[in-house]
Amino acid sequence: MSVEALPRFRAENVRGMLRHGLITVVFCCFIAAALAITQHGDWGAQMVYSLSIGLISWLFIDVGRLLISGHREILWPSSGPWGYLLVAGGVTVGFLGGNAIGDAWTHQPLLDFGSFTERKLATTIIITVTATVCMCFFFYSLGRSKHMRRQIDLAQRNATEARLKLLETQLEPHMLFNTLANLRVLITADPPRAVAMLDRLNNYLRMTLSGSRALAHPLSAEFERLADYLELMSVRMGERLRYTLDLPDELRGTPVPPLLLQPLVENSIRHGLEPKVEGGQIAVRARKDAGRLVIEVSDTGVGLDAAQTSEGSGFGLEQVRERLATVYGDQGRMNLAAGPSGGTLATLSFPLPPRP
Amino acid sequence: MNSTALIAEDEPLLAQALKAELAAAWPGLQVLATAGDGRSAVREALRLLPQVLFFDIRMPGLDGLGAAAELADRWPADEAPMPQLVFVTAYDEYAARAFETQAIDYVLKPVQPERLRKTVLRLQQALAAQQQAKPAPAAAADEALERTLAQWRQVLAAAAGNGASASPAASTAPLKMIAASEAGGSTVRMVPIGEVLYFEAADKYIRVLTATHEYLIRTPLKQLLAQLDPETFWQVHRAVVVRSSAIEAVHRDEAGKLHLDLRGRTEKIPVSRLYGHLFRAM
Repeated sequence: MSVEALPRFRAENVRGMLRHGLITVVFCCFIAAALAITQHGDWGAQMVYSLSIGLISWLFIDVGRLLISGHREILWPSSGPWGYLLVAGGVTVGFLGGNAIGDAWTHQPLLDFGSFTERKLATTIIITVTATVCMCFFFYSLGRSKHMRRQIDLAQRNATEARLKLLETQLEPHMLFNTLANLRVLITADPPRAVAMLDRLNNYLRMTLSGSRALAHPLSAEFERLADYLELMSVRMGERLRYTLDLPDELRGTPVPPLLLQPLVENSIRHGLEPKVEGGQIAVRARKDAGRLVIEVSDTGVGLDAAQTSEGSGFGLEQVRERLATVYGDQGRMNLAAGPSGGTLATLSFPLPPRP
Repeated sequence: MNSTALIAEDEPLLAQALKAELAAAWPGLQVLATAGDGRSAVREALRLLPQVLFFDIRMPGLDGLGAAAELADRWPADEAPMPQLVFVTAYDEYAARAFETQAIDYVLKPVQPERLRKTVLRLQQALAAQQQAKPAPAAAADEALERTLAQWRQVLAAAAGNGASASPAASTAPLKMIAASEAGGSTVRMVPIGEVLYFEAADKYIRVLTATHEYLIRTPLKQLLAQLDPETFWQVHRAVVVRSSAIEAVHRDEAGKLHLDLRGRTEKIPVSRLYGHLFRAM
């Protein structure tokens, strides 16, 4: 973040400082009151000593931390001894300066600590140090929690944005409107096929709108949704799209994150087959390999090299990678390569869950 | 009087439907052929010389815009008048809005009979106007051609502009330096935009040509155009953008095609018919 984006003394920081100052004043009044009561001393003098020490420490530390760390989100020196030095400096300057002002107010010899009883000196120092450290820690925690809250807000916003974008890519207007246009034709020309297509569209929409919320569903359900999508697309593309789905029975129940494969198949169509005049084939295959589930999405489209120059790719893949990483950590893998007979081959693999 | 048309649409059901709707709305129209992709649309159009084109904007191979631009160049205007162009699109809200103001039409899929009837009416009027101009002297025919070209140019620019603004990657900041690889080499050179004489799209690349060197970049021409100052760089062809100040002369060959000579380069630069108006003598 640049200096311009976060000037040290922008209004928000100054407001924060003044708030700290006000809290300090209140706190100092309490200390002064406590001292006046316990030592039966002069209320006015205690007030002056306490407020002077507190406010000088506050000013020193608060201005200091802005000068040192004004470019960051948490306004506190983050590395090395700077934080401690700042507090120590604040205590020293506050103690000496505050006592000087107090001495002047009460017409006592300036900073004549020799006249103090040992106990009184120790008490003053301990109170100053403890109070300052406590206040600093309190303000630091306050700033930190504010920062954390901001981070959480940001993360939530990002997550929402990602989900909306996923939804947007899946409900891409061209796909939707072209499907509806086809449906409209079928309604008069071939009603039974129209009904079948409508059911597919229904399934597809339901899955897309609700699917991203569930954590997992059986692989067979994932394949059924792929079948819905591919069937819709093959009504639209006619003979230009052929597809096969191959799911062994033993793998049908394997839980997988919903819509995990969808972006890969969409990529195959959009960047592989749609640009290719004669169309081609998509094959989705699941198999077991050494305790891992391996899913391959292959197409006979224009291939990776050509697809890279077309716009809009990337988001779907990133989405799949992120979801694999969230669910399976290092164990989930995705690989994108040129297919054996031209086109693209995407391979996903992750550990099979242990059988119950 | 019978009119002829060609439909370019990659979704077979939608092509059939458009054909059926047209048969109902315009019984006198004869659909000569239906093409499933941009390249065969251009091929069929040049073979059959229809009077009306219905082009889907999104098609494999060559999209509707590209196909139209190529046709504008290759159309034999002395054999048949330039066809009327209607774009068909499922969802192009900006393009559709841009077309509203244009003389030529667009149809939104699914095609609605009401809307199609309006389009048919406009087409019939345009064709009737063309018919009247036909027996007129050559000057009038030229004028008619130029009018049609101007319409095409507007529609293509509107639709292409929509595409450019829709992609978030396209930036509008003017380009100062171009990171380009040397032809055949693995080095990336920083080429100041001031040295570039012209850009030529070739396959997956754009050739960047200076007075002495040739470089390659992989940015699509559409995206590059959005970053160039339109005063400085002129698009003169579907695939060519030249520095206007480097143009030395314009020649017309025997076939009536325009070519440019550039200061500092020896090759001839083709000028598309769509951009011929830039070089009409004042």
